Amino acid sequence: MKQLWLTAKLDIVESLHARWFQIYSLVFGGIVALLFLFGLTESRVLGFIGLSRLLVTYIQLTMAILPIFVLITTVRSVAGDREAGVFEYLLSLPVSLSAWFWGKIVGRYVMVFAPVFLAMVGAVLVALVRGIEVPWGIFGYYTALLAAMACCFLGIGMLISALARSTDMAQGAAFLVWLTLLMFLDLILLGVMIQGRVSPELAVTIALANPLQVFRTAALSLFDPQLIVLGPSAFVILDLFGSLGFKVFALAYPTLLGLGSAALGYHIFRRGDLP
Amino acid sequence: MIQFQNVSKTFRKARVLDGIALDIGLGERVALIGSNGAGKTTLIRCLLGEYTHDGQVLIDGASPRLERTRVLAQVGFVPQLPPPLKMPVGQLVGFAASLCGTDPARINALAARLGLNLDIIQGQPFVKLSGGMKQKLLIAIALGRDARILVLDEPAANLDPEARKIFFELLAERAESATMLISSHRLNEVSSLVNRVLEMDLGKVVLDDKVADDVSLSGILNCRVCVKRMDAALAKALSTWKFRDLGDGLEWQGEVAGPDRLRFLGMISRYVAITSHVSFTEAQDV
Repeated sequence: MKQLWLTAKLDIVESLHARWFQIYSLVFGGIVALLFLFGLTESRVLGFIGLSRLLVTYIQLTMAILPIFVLITTVRSVAGDREAGVFEYLLSLPVSLSAWFWGKIVGRYVMVFAPVFLAMVGAVLVALVRGIEVPWGIFGYYTALLAAMACCFLGIGMLISALARSTDMAQGAAFLVWLTLLMFLDLILLGVMIQGRVSPELAVTIALANPLQVFRTAALSLFDPQLIVLGPSAFVILDLFGSLGFKVFALAYPTLLGLGSAALGYHIFRRGDLP
Repeated sequence: MIQFQNVSKTFRKARVLDGIALDIGLGERVALIGSNGAGKTTLIRCLLGEYTHDGQVLIDGASPRLERTRVLAQVGFVPQLPPPLKMPVGQLVGFAASLCGTDPARINALAARLGLNLDIIQGQPFVKLSGGMKQKLLIAIALGRDARILVLDEPAANLDPEARKIFFELLAERAESATMLISSHRLNEVSSLVNRVLEMDLGKVVLDDKVADDVSLSGILNCRVCVKRMDAALAKALSTWKFRDLGDGLEWQGEVAGPDRLRFLGMISRYVAITSHVSFTEAQDV
């Protein structure tokens, strides 16, 4: 356990000095600052006003940016470290492979989640100072949703890093994964459904296998509990899970997908050449 | 102590190690030489348990791959190219010391002997240090614990003569208690450090020979150099070896570490046209 925490701490310190983390923090801090600047707390959409409105916009933007950001930065830094000889040296020290791999994930998870979460906390603090009402329920669920999203894409990123032998390959694969998830978000599924080749249940099941779609739907469900904007798909989802059940599913499934990917990544890492 | 039992390694279709069978005992100082692509780095990575391979690598009967923490606790490694770590120097020392179960003060003391004051550079990112400073720090980390096996990949390449002299002394202190595997492209770089030479080519050991061990690692040679005329470049070169000018740049005197004498002569050979006298006398054995 000591080795795991040492590795996690090492990864945190290493990330704090890395360019990707500075840009990453700037992006999410910047988003919240810009949303305040453009007065999103005052505007009204679907009856939402104040901080709820800001958080709704923030999570929509985060869902668009976070997955590709986490995927690319994870594979770039992990595969890059391997290519540059960082693995060769650090893995010559007496650290177990499980402590190294999972310690790296823990450290990286902290660094990926902290800026996104702290940006939200910053928004809440500004709201409290300005006397704007804080929707604690939405804040809590969005926090959990972001935590699940970070876990999911970090796990997938670590799996890709374990599989790809070069930074270029890892980066290409990460981009391809993201693109595939993005395509299955709407375009291909809509096309297939329009042609009537699959049943709506199957199309919805495929959609819900896509973590991006799960996050999007879960975020929608907070300000549209009946998921009216989804049209007929909403009936399938609500029949299958119920409103609360879907919220739980939206947290559990991506988290398990991330952990499962990471576990597979560890299995591959452990059995192959380390540097 | 170290056994390679029919070790082979293939990358895709390229056979990089081809049936290596070796026994290396305690106290042996082995030069691992060979051109690029000979298989030296691959052999070292197999020894460190970093590569999967056919055959067996055993250190005191245990596999460095399967019993990593126990086996690698006995191995100190200095890579040829320092890793581009962004973390501060103090963090790296703390991390290595913690994993290896050694006192960071021991690493600091060794670095100080090599001329590197870690107190001043604690907060500096490792990657921002000069090549020589990185090398000294990695040596200090490798030697600052009770490692019984030292794996050194071109360890003295970036060191100045003074630091090299101290590095040889540090190795001499471990000569009886540790086994050393020193990798280099050229034998003359390491010949005086070792008592056995392994030459690799195309993944095979093509030469396995003992080396006469007359000059000890800690031996010091008094050296006198005379030149026909003053030469600024030679004067600068001799100054880096801490030689004293005995008169108008025509006569120089200084000390050369025993294992460094070939390197010194290599430097002097560049000025052979103006050199009129070079002599060595054994000074002491520290």
